[in-house]
Formats: sequence, structure tokens, C-alpha cells
Amino acid sequence: MLLFGQGQIGPEPFARPNEIGEDPVFHHQHLDASTQTGVGVFYLLIVLMNLGFAAYWFYNRRDRKQANIWIVVALVFLIHAAAYLFHAGWILPAFIRNAVDDFIGPVTYFMLSLVLFILFIYYRKGCTEPPVAWGILNISLLASGWAITDSNFRSIITKEDNVPIVLLIFSVGFFTWLGMRKAVVNDERMARGEPPLEKLEDEKVLVWPDLVYTELICMVIATFILVIWGVVLKAPLEQPATSAKAPNPSKAPWYFLGLQEMLVYYDPWMAGVVLPTMILVGLIAIPYIDFNQKGNGYYSFNERKVAIVTFNFGFIVLWVTLIVLGTFLRGPNWNFFGPFEYWDPHKVLPLNNVNLSDMFWLGLMGRVFEEGKDWFLRELPGIILVVLYMAALPPLLAKTVLKPFYVRMGFVRFFVLVTLIQFMAALPIKMVLRWTMNLKYIVYIPEYFFNI
Amino acid sequence: MSVGDYIRNSQVWKSIFRHPAPRDRRNRVVVMLTNVFLHLHPVSVRKSGIALSYTWCMGGLTFFLFLVETVTGVLLMFYYRPTLEHAYNDILALRDVTTLGVLRELHRWGAHAMVITIWLHMYRVFLTGSYKPPREFNWSVGVILLVLTLLLSFTGYLLPWDQLAIWAITVGSNMARASPFLGYEGPGATLLKVGDVSLIHSGSDARFLLLGGRFVSGDTLLRFYVLHCVAIPLAVAVLIAIHFWRVRKDGGISGAL
Ligand code: HEM
Repeated sequence: MLLFGQGQIGPEPFARPNEIGEDPVFHHQHLDASTQTGVGVFYLLIVLMNLGFAAYWFYNRRDRKQANIWIVVALVFLIHAAAYLFHAGWILPAFIRNAVDDFIGPVTYFMLSLVLFILFIYYRKGCTEPPVAWGILNISLLASGWAITDSNFRSIITKEDNVPIVLLIFSVGFFTWLGMRKAVVNDERMARGEPPLEKLEDEKVLVWPDLVYTELICMVIATFILVIWGVVLKAPLEQPATSAKAPNPSKAPWYFLGLQEMLVYYDPWMAGVVLPTMILVGLIAIPYIDFNQKGNGYYSFNERKVAIVTFNFGFIVLWVTLIVLGTFLRGPNWNFFGPFEYWDPHKVLPLNNVNLSDMFWLGLMGRVFEEGKDWFLRELPGIILVVLYMAALPPLLAKTVLKPFYVRMGFVRFFVLVTLIQFMAALPIKMVLRWTMNLKYIVYIPEYFFNI
Repeated sequence: MSVGDYIRNSQVWKSIFRHPAPRDRRNRVVVMLTNVFLHLHPVSVRKSGIALSYTWCMGGLTFFLFLVETVTGVLLMFYYRPTLEHAYNDILALRDVTTLGVLRELHRWGAHAMVITIWLHMYRVFLTGSYKPPREFNWSVGVILLVLTLLLSFTGYLLPWDQLAIWAITVGSNMARASPFLGYEGPGATLLKVGDVSLIHSGSDARFLLLGGRFVSGDTLLRFYVLHCVAIPLAVAVLIAIHFWRVRKDGGISGAL
């Protein structure tokens, strides 16, 4: 595996910059010519994008102020482009990289994505204004451009099979914006008593030519992109398979890395079997438990707040961002590594997680259980908690906070919904328990492989 | 008479397309009805439903990528033999020897892209509330398609038989070992026994069924190959047919009523 860019002559690869005060990696790290040209071209494309955006404001919207802003932004990128095309070799300063690496961990990463998600939902109107969204895009592109000058980051992000995830990040970002933007516009219209935009176009048109040509153009563009992608990027092929030597880390295909990340918090029977099954059952059940008849056939947020926030939370926060985490930030032994950190296979993190039964019996009652004896009594506190969570919580909710839902949904719908949400919440709950009190298992019955 | 007109007036052309070019309203209707591929579509649709900004064309792209995968996949089958002896070298040859080796890239990147487009398709169907009545069932068909698409990708991942492949499949299939009751390390498995003989052991559990052995082996390769090239694509094709049929029967692409 290529871990450092060419020209790396650091004393020994395991030395982390901030551990030895000086920063050998930074001083010796340099960008080779072809990478610089690549980064330069990348910036040049962003310059063009911004010029296009400026032209749109100038000619279509007759808004000089916006046009000027985006020309200035284009200039900033032009300076970057020039610097890399002329091989100035700018590298993101080590103190920034170290600060990012030190700040980011599984907890901060998850909390950050959650906070950003909440902010996006709350400020959806402002966030989806085209200039704001465009600004966010520019910032993320600039950050990517800076980050890629680091050789550790580069070696991970440019692994052939990881390229789709870069694509995933930007396409999910784009379509989240698009969907929310259309919803915001429709919500405003409906608040004024006007119909949603889709309604204005409900006349019928002929499929030939209107649809078949759109399809044809889509196919041509898709073919074009796929062929370019195939020619530029070789499909990976590693050493021939051998059961003798497992690569470290061994990762599932990228679309399952969200599940692999759950293995940190749950045993395989939960993370690999029960929770995925619940995801599928939950998806299939959506149309049957969502009793809200509004918002069918057009984008809207206000009419379907609960549904959209829940689905987005599952899809964006629990699925996509965990895939990104699993791909880019989980290294050898599934340890967490900052984006610029060297994937040191010898990194050791203290594991001091404790089972609930130990906390209760040993910590509170001072009682020790003999190995393999009285497991039922030993695990009783955890079992009670789980039973309460699964069996007592739904009726409690039906009687209290969620009473209006219960009344409108009826018995079956309501319990299916609450059960599904309980399973979905099981992941963040365990995460928080792990982070705050180092909890390993709530119920620990290795005798029957039954650990929760 | 131009060449185009000459061709369009020939008996051969007319035997294939039984009507004049779709330039006027009547023939634009007829073309949709007389062509087996086009008649997957209705003759006319709601304008809002086919706007690119509404569907993002993601369902269509998913279908298109499925077709790309089918074509490139069939071609790849000419070059690839699913045995321990040949698998890796055949893939190596695709890279180093075969003229059309780029087929492998198209197939692999197409598969990745299909996973992304199917998620985005589901996302847009959700955001437009298009799973609501009368389209509940088609959403469920979609979820099954999603599962099958992921399984297609997963089974294909093993075929190059390199380190990446077998260890990714090992990680993935180790989950099956922990299935409740059905995996030999799953909760409850020890309870399933007749007398003293336990029914679920490493030679009879869910993982064994998946891998055709106790670990990823040549039998697994064969199993995944057959699933990947025959069984799952057939199931997907049938379900896509149902899916498209239902899109039309449920009143076409959704729209504000
Ligand atoms: C192989 C996979 C799939 C293919 C080829 C496919 C294809 C399509 C196409 C072409 C449409 C027409 C409208 C559009 O393009 O958006 C459509 C509609 C639809 N799809 Fe899919 N789809 C697939 C998977 C899914 C999945 C995973 C779901 C949901 C979980 C889903 C749910 C639906 C629903 C409910 C509609 C009707 C939407 C409407 O009327 O607006 N499909 N599908």
C-alpha cells in the first residue's frame, strides 16, 4: 500500500509529527509534478464553474453584485490554479492538519454531522438559497483541494474503489440541496395559498419527443461519463487471494461500511443481521405507516416534517456519513484515524469498556460472579432495561407524548412505527453510552452469544 | 429524393417501422404503440412528472446502468472462468492482454454508479412522497430491487479473487455466522438441537449455505458466480418488469393532483 507520496524521506514512517515536536513529514513532503498539474486543473474547472455562475447572475438575473462576488471567488481559485500549474508546491500547513487530526474522532465526527444536519434542517431556507448553497459548494471544493495536498489523505482518497464515495458525497450533497430547495419554494407558495410548482405543469405532453429525447440525452451523458471514468481509472486488482494473510484493515465493500461501523457498537448478530433486517423491513413499511396523505407527488417539507426529518436522519446521518467514516477514517484494526493521519498499524487505543452487569454488581453492589454461573441474575439489570425499552416504552409513548399519533394511526401502525424507530435509535443510544460511560454490553450472555 | 427519404420509403424500413416518421401528432402516438421498447412508456405523460428536476432521471439511469452491466457482464463472461486456477489470471489478462479489457472498468464503475443512482432514486421517491397511495406496493418492489442490487454488487466483488475480494466477502459473510438461530455463533443456535445433536453447527449454518463451505473457497466462487451472473440478474429483470408495469398502472409518474 502506498502510504507516502514520492519524495518522502522522513526518518521513519511511524513518527507522527506532533509526537516529536518537529514535523519531518511536512518538511520533506512535496507534491510531485503530475499531482500538482492535476490539482491545478481541478482548480481551473472550479474557476470556470464560478465564471459560469457569475455570468448567470449577470445576464439572466441582472444582478451585478452577485456577479462581482463570484468573479472574485473565481479569482481566488485562479490564483490556486496558477500556483499548482506552475508547480509552486503549496501544501496545507502542518499545524492545520494536526489540528484537524486532533479534533476529529468518532465522537466529534458524529456530533459534527448531527449538528450540521440539524442546522441545515432548521435554516433550510437560507441554506438552500442558490448563492449560499453555491458558497458551501465552493468551500467544500476548496477544502478538498487543500486537503489533497497531504500525502496521507491523498493515498486514501484516490484509491480506485474509494472514488465512488467522493462521487457519493457530492451527489448526495447536491440532491439534498435540490430536494430541499424545491420543498422550500413549494412551502412558500403554499403558505401564500398557491399550488406547488408541480401543479402548474399538470397538462399532458407526448412521450415522443418530450420524454424519449430526455432519456436519450441522459443515456449519452451517462455513457460518456462512464467511458471516461473507465479509461482514466483502472479497476483495482490486488495480490492473488490467500487465506494466509488478512489485510489490515479488512473492509467490506464500501456500500456496507455503515454496517461495519455498527460493529464497533454491536455484536455481529445485531449489526450484521438484526439491524439490516430492520432497515429493510422499515423501508418496506414506510408507505403503510405514513398515514399523512399530504405531500404526494410534489416536493414539500412543511407538510411532512416528521417523515422527512426521520428519513433524512437515517439516510444522511446514519447511512451516508457512516460510510464516509468507515471508508476514509477507519484504518488498521478499525482504529479511527484523522484525515491526514498516517495509518499506523501499531496504533494502540486503550480499550477499557465495561459491561453494564459489572458496573452494577461490581461497581454498585460489590458482588463478583463466578465465571459462567448465574448468568440470568448477573444480567438481570440489563435485561430489565432492554425489556423496558422494547416493551414498556411504546405503550408509555402511546399514552403520553405520542398520544395524538396513536389516536390517528391505530394500534398496529403505531407499534410498528415505534418499534422501527426504537431500532433506529438503538445505534445512537449505544454510541452515546459508549462515549459517555465506556459501556460495552448492556446485556452480556456469551453462553448463548447473546450480547447487546 | 434524399437518401433518408429513400431509406424510409424502402420495403425493408417499412416492414420494421409500420408508420411514417414521428413528426406529427398522430405518428408520435403510433410510434409509442408499435415499438415494443417504447411501449414501456405511456403515450402521453404529465409534464411535471418528466421534468429532470423532478425525477432527477435516477430511476431511468438505474435501469440504464443495469443494461450496461448486463451487456458488459455478458461480454466479460467470455473471458472469465470462475475457478481457483483461472479466476485471478483471467482478470489479470483483462488488464494486461485483452484488447477490450476496459470492459472490466465499465462493469465495475457501472456497478458502483448503480448503487449510488438507486439510492438517489429512492431518495427522490421519498422526498416527493411518491410512495403514498396508490404507489405503496411499487415502493416495496423497489426496496426488494435495492436489496438485489446490493447483492449483485456484493457477489460480483468476489469474482476477481484477489485479496480485496476474498477479505471483503469474508468480512461480509462472517455476519451470517451470527444470525440468530441460523448461524452457529448466533444467539439461540445452541437451543436448536435434537437430543444431544445440535442442528446448527459450522457445517450447516447460514454462512455455510452462503459460502458452500466453512470459509471462502472455490465453492464460494462458483456459488457467487452463478448468483451473480444468472440468478440475481433474472430476479432483478422480473422485478424491474413488475416495477415499470406498476408505475403505469398506478397512474404514471406521480404529480400534484
Ligand atoms: C433496479 C432498480 C430500480 C429501477 C431500474 C427503477 C426504475 C424506476 C423508474 C424508471 C421509475 C419512473 C420514474 C423515475 O425515473 O423516477 C421508477 C419509479 C418508481 N420507483 Fe423505482 N426503480 C428501481 C428501484 C426502486 C427503489 C429502490 C425504490 C424505493 C425503495 C423504487 C420506488 C419507486 C416508486 C415508488 C416509483 C413511482 C414513483 C412515481 O410515480 O413518482 N424504485 N422506478
